[in-house]
Amino acid sequence: MSIDFTIVWAFIIAFAVFVYVVMDGFDLGLGMLFPLFPQKADRDVIMNSVAPVWDGNETWLVLGGGGLMAAFPLAYAVLMPALYTPMIAMLLGLVFRGVAFEFRWRTQSERNLWDIAFYGGSLLATLAQGVALGAILQGVHVEGRNYAGGWWDWLTPFSVLTGLALVVGYSLLGATWLVMKTEGELRDRAYVLSWWLLFAMLGAIGAVSAATPFLHIEYTQRWFSWPGIVLTAPVPVAVAAVTVLLLRSLARKRDYQPFFLTLTLFALSYAGLGISMWPYIVPQSITIWQAASPENSQVFMLFGVAVMIPLILGYTGWAYYVFRGKVKAGSGYH
Amino acid sequence: MFEGWDAVVLARAQFAFTMSFHIIFPAFSIGLASYLAVLEALWLWTGREVFINLFNYWLKIFAVAFGMGVVSGIVMSYQFGTNWSVFSDKAGPVIGPLMAYEVLTAFFLEAGFLGVMLFGLERVGPRLHFLATLMVAIGTLISAFWILSANSWMQTPAGHALNADGQFIAVDWFKVIFNPSFPYRLVHMVLAAYLTTALVVGAVGAFHLLRDPHLAGPRVMFSMAMWMATVVAPIQIFAGDQHGLNTLEHQPVKIMAMEGHFQSHKDGAPLILFGWPDQAAGKVKYAIEVPKLGSLILKHSLDAPMAGLDTVPRENWPPVAITFWSFRIMVGMGLLMVGLGLFSLWARWRGTLYHSRPLLMFALLMAPSGFIAVLAGWITTETGRQPFTVYGLLRTVDSASPLAAPAVASSLIAFIIVYFAVFGAGTIYILRLMAAPPHHGEQGPRGDAPAHAAGITPASGVVAQGTAR
Ligand code: HDD
Ligand code: HEM
Ligand code: HEM
Repeated sequence: MSIDFTIVWAFIIAFAVFVYVVMDGFDLGLGMLFPLFPQKADRDVIMNSVAPVWDGNETWLVLGGGGLMAAFPLAYAVLMPALYTPMIAMLLGLVFRGVAFEFRWRTQSERNLWDIAFYGGSLLATLAQGVALGAILQGVHVEGRNYAGGWWDWLTPFSVLTGLALVVGYSLLGATWLVMKTEGELRDRAYVLSWWLLFAMLGAIGAVSAATPFLHIEYTQRWFSWPGIVLTAPVPVAVAAVTVLLLRSLARKRDYQPFFLTLTLFALSYAGLGISMWPYIVPQSITIWQAASPENSQVFMLFGVAVMIPLILGYTGWAYYVFRGKVKAGSGYH
Repeated sequence: MFEGWDAVVLARAQFAFTMSFHIIFPAFSIGLASYLAVLEALWLWTGREVFINLFNYWLKIFAVAFGMGVVSGIVMSYQFGTNWSVFSDKAGPVIGPLMAYEVLTAFFLEAGFLGVMLFGLERVGPRLHFLATLMVAIGTLISAFWILSANSWMQTPAGHALNADGQFIAVDWFKVIFNPSFPYRLVHMVLAAYLTTALVVGAVGAFHLLRDPHLAGPRVMFSMAMWMATVVAPIQIFAGDQHGLNTLEHQPVKIMAMEGHFQSHKDGAPLILFGWPDQAAGKVKYAIEVPKLGSLILKHSLDAPMAGLDTVPRENWPPVAITFWSFRIMVGMGLLMVGLGLFSLWARWRGTLYHSRPLLMFALLMAPSGFIAVLAGWITTETGRQPFTVYGLLRTVDSASPLAAPAVASSLIAFIIVYFAVFGAGTIYILRLMAAPPHHGEQGPRGDAPAHAAGITPASGVVAQGTAR
């Protein structure tokens, strides 16, 4: 039996995107929570809790995009023009929030401006990512090897819904991250926020799950008919179980649990997404095999992935370990 | 703003604009990362305080520049898909893996150790911290390796074949990576980054020495920078010459454009120093030229015949005037750098290195010369490759995404506004940091930040100057 490298690569790209979502998710979430913490001292703590790691978190996005171009060039070539506006919006949003990390320490008079850039950039990037996800799920118009739709095709009620859902989800990640990384009054407020955001997130998961099967008949069949249901039924059950655990950890104020349970919630939603899409990479028009690079490109990169990803996870883990523990107000990192 | 431009021209303008902004930051951060590693090594080795002060001083500047490099780079990696989707589909199987390797071996390394480098000295101790600095510096060099390999493959494709879908596929990865122009481009670009940084460091040193020639920090950085200029600028000219000979072999049309050779010369081509290349008329107007010198430089013989653009179909001509002039600007900067190096050597010998006002003024004025040369060099390279994206094989017009012109025009306008605002502000912050001399007890990026409420923050020069921070 020979290995199907296309499937291997589909999982690698999915992995990179997932790591991006959870890692940059809480960074962006913190950015979106910024307006709720108007005090400068709180904002300093919030910034400092991610300043040493945000660049590494964002690099997974580069791996997701670069990996897609390398392993599934056709999908990259079709999806990027289809998502032109959300992509450009995301990039511009990331520009604003990325520079804010350094700029806000370099000026007193314009600090507010960069705080707004941090907040606005995070919100714009998150919305754009959520909208892009919705636009992919609903499918794009392909002719030959090209995107053949219009400039605004991505904008539908469904893509707006997924955009808002991601805003809620990332905010929850950000709030539970704060619960874990801060103390005192700041942590208490993060707890309260986490409650509200958790309910909003459950609502969002429910709304998106309810809407998805109506996009394409295939999605409905996948989720509700035999034998697909064997795979799909456990997902909602697990979501319910994790929710119970999350509520309990919030009630009992276990600082470290809510963040990781929220990650689990993300993982489950992501698995659900995978079940809906498989085996398409551009839903209902291009499968992973049609989009795949020639095998020798896939194999060449696999060497790099096999050697480098464990190393990357190793030193990234080390960097998180160096900056472990609660961030103290006024101490910064130095 | 861009009425009447077609989508491909707009996409080119957008790529050129965003790329030109991006390359400014790597050109500086590649050199600065290595400089920081050297400073920290010197500190660990000698224990002299001046080195750690300089290290922390430049680290703050590095943090701002690096941040801008990262965000402008992420834009680049997605632009291949958004604006050059057909190119991505066709060349993705070859170029994509090179860029994926860049992410895996370079970007993660830089990003993973950056946090420790910027904020971790007291958490991990000097030795591990030095390791982090070193990893960031090595990461920037590995990044240059892969991205220049990708770019060089587009200039001088090798080791590939075409498949049934019209995609380029690799036949021999070694030949793809080490394609004919890659070694030259890598050496030339890394030297360019080192020179760019040295000239900035030297200018900042000169700026403070002009006010007070006894400052310890500025003396050290000025001296180090002038050694770099003295040694590396001549090497760069040699490397550039070799690069040119390589280009003559693999992209002769680009050399014709760089030299303004519209006509063929059977027995010895002139070297056109200056003039105005007129693409439509097919000749260089107002040319000032030295007979036969062109053949001497490129073919090492006075009478060697040289083909001109008249042997090439017009639809394969690159834009001659841009290529011609950007090349001259780059070479001019290189010659000025050599001049600065020689001047500093002479002043050093006379013992007036830190006092000579003409030298210090010259060094100050040369602050932007590296950036100018880097931009001019890339414009030569990229414009001279036109009208192809993959040289000789894939045309630029056949590479673009199927986008409507208004979509690209809007995004281009958005990029222009955002880049000038954001990177303009960043440049101002960097200049402010540079305006204060490094001082005793200099703190790292967050050390002097307002977050530090403990009250031990030394009054830094920026505050003394009354500027906001
Ligand atoms: C010769 C060097 C060089 C050149 C020609 C380029 N870059 Fe670059 N790039 C770097 C050298 C570099 C660097 C030194 O590695 C940077 C600069 C500052 C930084 O943060 O890393 C970087 C950052 C950087 C990042 C952010 C990495 C991160 O998340 O940390 C991306 C995604 C790119 N680049 C992508 C590109 C693309 C797609 C290019 C071509 C079209 C390109 N770069 C040209
Ligand atoms: C780093 C400095 C670089 C600069 C300043 C630069 C600049 C430019 C410019 C000015 C153009 C437009 C040329 C024209 O249309 O006349 C261009 C085109 C292009 N460059 Fe670069 N470039 C750089 C590096 C790269 C690299 C590293 C790659 C690829 C790995 C690359 C890929 C392209 C592509 C795909 C185009 C196509 C668009 C076109 O031909 O107009 N460039 N670049
Ligand atoms: C004075 C002597 C110099 C010569 C003869 C020279 C020669 C060249 C040539 C022939 C090219 C185009 C190669 C091609 O695309 O085929 C080039 C590109 C370039 N040059 Fe120079 N150069 C000189 C100085 C400099 C200096 C001082 C810098 C920067 C500090 C610089 C930076 C660059 C860059 C960034 C490129 C584009 C990347 C590349 O193709 O390597 N050059 N140079």
